Amino acid sequence: MSDMYNVSSSPHVRSKDTTDRIMLYVIIALLPASLFGIYNFGFHALLLIVITILSCVASEWAFNKITKRKETIKDLSAVVTGLLLALNLPPTLPWWMAIVGGAFAIIIVKCLFGGLGQNFMNPALGGRCFLLISFTGPMTSFANSRYYISQGLDAVSSATPLAALKAGESVNTMDMLIGRIPGTIGETSVIAVLIGAIFLILMGVIDLKIPAAYIVTFAVFVLLFGGHGFDWNYVVAHLCGGGLMLGAFFMATDYVTSPITPLGKIVFGIVLGILTGIFRIFGASAEGVSYAIIFSNLLVPLIERVTVPKPFGKGGER
Amino acid sequence: MGLGTFKGGIHPYDGKELSKDKPIREVLPKGDLVYPLSQHIGAPATPIVAVGDEVLKGQKIAEAGGFVSAPIYASASGKVKAIEPRRVVVGDMVNSIVIANDGAFRSVEFEETKDISALSKEEIIGKIKEAGIVGMGGAGFPTHVKLSPKEPEKIEYIIANCAECEPYLTSDYRRMLEEPEKLIGGLKVVLQLFDHAKAYLGIEDNKPDCISKLTEMVKDEPRIEVCPLKTKYPQGSERQLIYAISKRAINASMLPADAGCIVDNVDTLVAIYNAVKFGQPLMHRIVTITGQAVKDPANFSVCIGTDFSELVEMAGGFNGQPKKIISGGPMMGFAMFGLNVPTTKTTSALLCLTEDEVAKYEPGPCINCARCVEVCPSRIVPSRLADYSENQQEDLFEKWNGLECIECGSCSFICPAKRHLAHAIKAMKKTVLANKRKK
Repeated sequence: MSDMYNVSSSPHVRSKDTTDRIMLYVIIALLPASLFGIYNFGFHALLLIVITILSCVASEWAFNKITKRKETIKDLSAVVTGLLLALNLPPTLPWWMAIVGGAFAIIIVKCLFGGLGQNFMNPALGGRCFLLISFTGPMTSFANSRYYISQGLDAVSSATPLAALKAGESVNTMDMLIGRIPGTIGETSVIAVLIGAIFLILMGVIDLKIPAAYIVTFAVFVLLFGGHGFDWNYVVAHLCGGGLMLGAFFMATDYVTSPITPLGKIVFGIVLGILTGIFRIFGASAEGVSYAIIFSNLLVPLIERVTVPKPFGKGGER
Repeated sequence: MGLGTFKGGIHPYDGKELSKDKPIREVLPKGDLVYPLSQHIGAPATPIVAVGDEVLKGQKIAEAGGFVSAPIYASASGKVKAIEPRRVVVGDMVNSIVIANDGAFRSVEFEETKDISALSKEEIIGKIKEAGIVGMGGAGFPTHVKLSPKEPEKIEYIIANCAECEPYLTSDYRRMLEEPEKLIGGLKVVLQLFDHAKAYLGIEDNKPDCISKLTEMVKDEPRIEVCPLKTKYPQGSERQLIYAISKRAINASMLPADAGCIVDNVDTLVAIYNAVKFGQPLMHRIVTITGQAVKDPANFSVCIGTDFSELVEMAGGFNGQPKKIISGGPMMGFAMFGLNVPTTKTTSALLCLTEDEVAKYEPGPCINCARCVEVCPSRIVPSRLADYSENQQEDLFEKWNGLECIECGSCSFICPAKRHLAHAIKAMKKTVLANKRKK
């Protein structure tokens, strides 16, 4: 044959969506929470964000080099992991701990299991939980936010609203919505997190199945077992407190570590809601989102197995 | 009533503007005509001419090789030059009759039917069978077999597949605009076979001119109705079309007739009309010659057997160097490595692309984003099925309903990691089905 053209199996066209573009959307969606965190907690927060991202990207690059694998840092997934991990760190954490956390997240949780797409646990949360267990003190002391400092309140450390709730004190839910509270760098402002979440939903990156199932289940759990009856203020404080919003929209929805089946996503959200409720209300610690998510990550293969969708023509068409 | 549709599907660039305003032009071949003996599903046809024979246009040159098979007719006059294996669209070598075209197009006489309504059902099916008509949308299933279901009285829906959901294709669109009376005529013939059926023309709403024209034409026909459909690929897939119009859902182990439906493509219905009314066998079809690499995209009425290279010339030749040549549309068509391949009864288009989007992207690891699950019209999980295919896990492939795949390619299109999902699933489907037959 004189003329030889490209031959491949159909289809012959592809959409413009790529893995790195999706990762870029997630990074953009995390910017409001990141910027608010920097505004709220100051220069050290910025430093931690930069260091954690660098640690993650460098770890992936080095791992690929040492194990002679194809370079993958261009897919931006290490940047997403670094940014998410940083947003889950207290703003006063010593910088070297951030490096350790980033390296653990990328090398142990992600690369050793085969890299992008193969890890069974959310790398950022794996890194956070590793730090939480290893350096419990620095990981659970939260500096006051700019707002508190300007009020002349204790600038070194104070209780998060969740810890206050647990101790039976009342909290200001408006402050929690805006983010004028102590907490990790990226979790304090519900509004900033939601702006990013809405962007991801509009861009078609995430859908509402997991976050909605998670939040609704958790709210019901708190109403039933929180011991406060139908106290809406208490429920709203729980929803806005800690890492629930950041976790529900940005970490529970992590593609790799959540079910692929539509029904599985809803089951996953319900499991998350129940576990978070148990950990927060009956557990020793005030927070439970991270543990709930990494524990539920382990259940994903089981959830998928029992939620194989019905195909078209066998009940799945509706 | 809202637009008929289904769950899932994609919206690729449709490219129809390249050729949609080009009226159908009849083109005559200059070179040899090649007729593969297998251009339908079922047994290959048996040649009834020998090398050296003179044949006329419209003369039968190969007889059906069984009930599920179809005869083949010469589309030009000339001398039988050879009966030998020739390269076909899918890349195989298939035994073919080669006719040296004498350029005269001397034709046999066809017998016209004055009054179709006087024909019995058997006579109609006989004429369709004799004319060598097969499903011209791509599958090539012999039409007389489709029109002979076990329980004809249970057929309630005759569906004309006018969706034309494949990007770039405009042959059905032009047919509907230019010869709607033949399409309606074909539908009426089929309605005559099924006493309890009504006919529905399923047309995507990106063809409003066809919808209004045909709606106007059938307004006094109590048994024919136009159903506008949402524009979405693969709306023209048989199962999805049946669902959009009748709300009945069939799976891989069922035939449309099991749901009381019969689906025929636009060109097939026109061929049915030509066969029953004018006694003409299947010799022509509409082929869209299009793509960024074609100088003057066109819709041709082509003599079946014409070489693709001639069609490119007739469309003004290439506009720059094409990278990929596809017989059919970009979603389900076949890429060919050369142009010296004949058109057949199922050739709907020749698409010449200047860019190969498949080669442009390197497949990466699955990130489990579930986009393939969202778009899959069969509601299965392409990403997992492709894994099971790569790992040769037949049991899991079947458990996750891999055999329900309709091979539409939506999953490969949408995948951000650019995995060849449809390819992997198709390959595994073949293996599983072959192993089932062995048992």
